[in-house]
Amino acid sequence: MQDKRVTFPGIVVPLALLLPQLAITFVFFVWPSLRSLQGSLFEQDAFGLSERFVGFGNFARILSDPGYLSALGVTFVFALATTALAMSVALALAVVADHAVRGSAVYKALIVWPYAIAPAIAGVLWWFLFNPTIGVLPRLLAPLGIVWNHFLNGNQALLLVIIASAWKQVSYNFLFFLAGLQTIPPSLLEAAEIDGAGAFARFRAIVFPLLMPTTFFLAVVNLVYALCDTFAVIHATSAGGPGTATTTLVYKVFRDGFEALDLGGSAAQSVVLMLIVGALTIAQFRYIERKIHY
Amino acid sequence: MAQIELEPLGQLPPSAASERAAVGPRPISVGWTNKTTRDLLAHAVLILGAALMAFPIYMAFVASTHTLTQTLTGLPLLPGDRLVDNYRQVLSEGLRNYGLPPIWPMLVNSIVVALVITFGKIAVSILSAFAVVFFRFPFRMLAFWIIFATLMLPVEVRILPTYEVAASLGLLNSYTGLTVPLIASATATFLFRQVFMTIPNELMEAARVDGAGPLRFLWSILIPMSRTNMAALFVVTFVYGWNQYLWPLLITKDTAYYTVIMGIQRMARASDFEPQWHLVMATVILALLPPLIIVAAMQKQFVAGLFETEK
Repeated sequence: MQDKRVTFPGIVVPLALLLPQLAITFVFFVWPSLRSLQGSLFEQDAFGLSERFVGFGNFARILSDPGYLSALGVTFVFALATTALAMSVALALAVVADHAVRGSAVYKALIVWPYAIAPAIAGVLWWFLFNPTIGVLPRLLAPLGIVWNHFLNGNQALLLVIIASAWKQVSYNFLFFLAGLQTIPPSLLEAAEIDGAGAFARFRAIVFPLLMPTTFFLAVVNLVYALCDTFAVIHATSAGGPGTATTTLVYKVFRDGFEALDLGGSAAQSVVLMLIVGALTIAQFRYIERKIHY
Repeated sequence: MAQIELEPLGQLPPSAASERAAVGPRPISVGWTNKTTRDLLAHAVLILGAALMAFPIYMAFVASTHTLTQTLTGLPLLPGDRLVDNYRQVLSEGLRNYGLPPIWPMLVNSIVVALVITFGKIAVSILSAFAVVFFRFPFRMLAFWIIFATLMLPVEVRILPTYEVAASLGLLNSYTGLTVPLIASATATFLFRQVFMTIPNELMEAARVDGAGPLRFLWSILIPMSRTNMAALFVVTFVYGWNQYLWPLLITKDTAYYTVIMGIQRMARASDFEPQWHLVMATVILALLPPLIIVAAMQKQFVAGLFETEK
């Protein structure tokens, strides 16, 4: 922050101005997180009447719990697949839209608007399309010999929530990829073209490397989205099932905290999530800082 | 105080747009047929992409205009004639058999919640950005980092303890509970901080010479000057507020406080057992329209808001 700025005198006024933001942040963000940290180190009975310090006992317990390891695996597959799918579809569309074809503004508008749709609604839309008895898509898949039933088939249920989550995120990625593509100087591509580089060679040697910052930024944003926001997709559709096929880490924290009432374990799970999301956020901000200083 | 005309602040274009404008559209220096084929291919891919985006919503709309029997016995690909009946039924009745309220009050709740969150976020963030940029006080950096911490702590990673705090403050089943905890915002604060940091010192000195105190300066100069940023933030934040799911789910047990987005989950779950898909899809359409209209109507501000809040 610069110090040349002319400022107003006073201490009380700025603190009063900051008070609403700081109060909400402290009460609803910082304090609950500290409670989680503390709770993760203790073992409580279900009524919260007594607690016992167990150090990293809760962490050791969840990490040896097959249910937790399964959620970790599901989250890993789900987050990577959602990110990869949402980003690759968006990149393909952005590359094509970047070419000055007639009506590209109209296409842009048509691709962008699902941003407004809630993850929960995205989930319900695809849940309906894939409905085993009345959905349109299982009817199309049947002639191919594919029996679709996400109520019974865990892999299909996982695929369904991946598609729904990625679908909602394409528009966001599309806008950022398009903006990234438009920062590439046309002269660079022309020079390569004169040197005889084909469309694919130009993409690989020039466009893709220059898009790396955007790609990295989007990868982080998409991973955080897949970890956190997709809770709504899963809760509104498969509810973590069948079995635990779509139970991600966040879904498990929710269920364990409210249904299983394992307070220490739930707190430890929250802390693990905080570490993952925190690391991703810091990675994202370090990247932004670096870009600003260029 | 005279109206001060300055360029809108914090506009994005972070691009080589100027070079592009100078050079014109990227020339494709291949043969005529080759260019035509390539253009056709581009149109095909973009149409496919647009169709992929629209298809699920189109099918939802189609389902919402047919009778239940039609949705169950092979859904047609074209809309039916039950549009008015179905929408009237969800708005006034909903799935009453499942103890769910009609959709109309849920929509009202959603609008109230989204607007309070939006204006609350903007107000709270302007005030804190103003304090951080235009004052020097002890613990200024500490305040900054506490606000930053909210970025790392989405509600998903602190579900149970946040619920407990809200419960102990008596915020369950209340509009305060639905909105206030979501009003803190690091991204909006950073956005306004960036905007304020571009304000020239001369402007503030002039204001002080004219005898304007800090609040007068904020109200008469900074706020009018950040109007475009506020509009951009409005779109993104309204969508955020309207689409909230986990937090309303946690703190509302009383159906009178349901928002429409979480109401859909209850309807879809009920429909898995006794299908009511025509009504569920009518609700889906009603629930996605308000944010969609705002994004479509304010597309320029929306795109600006997206870039400003993320960079």
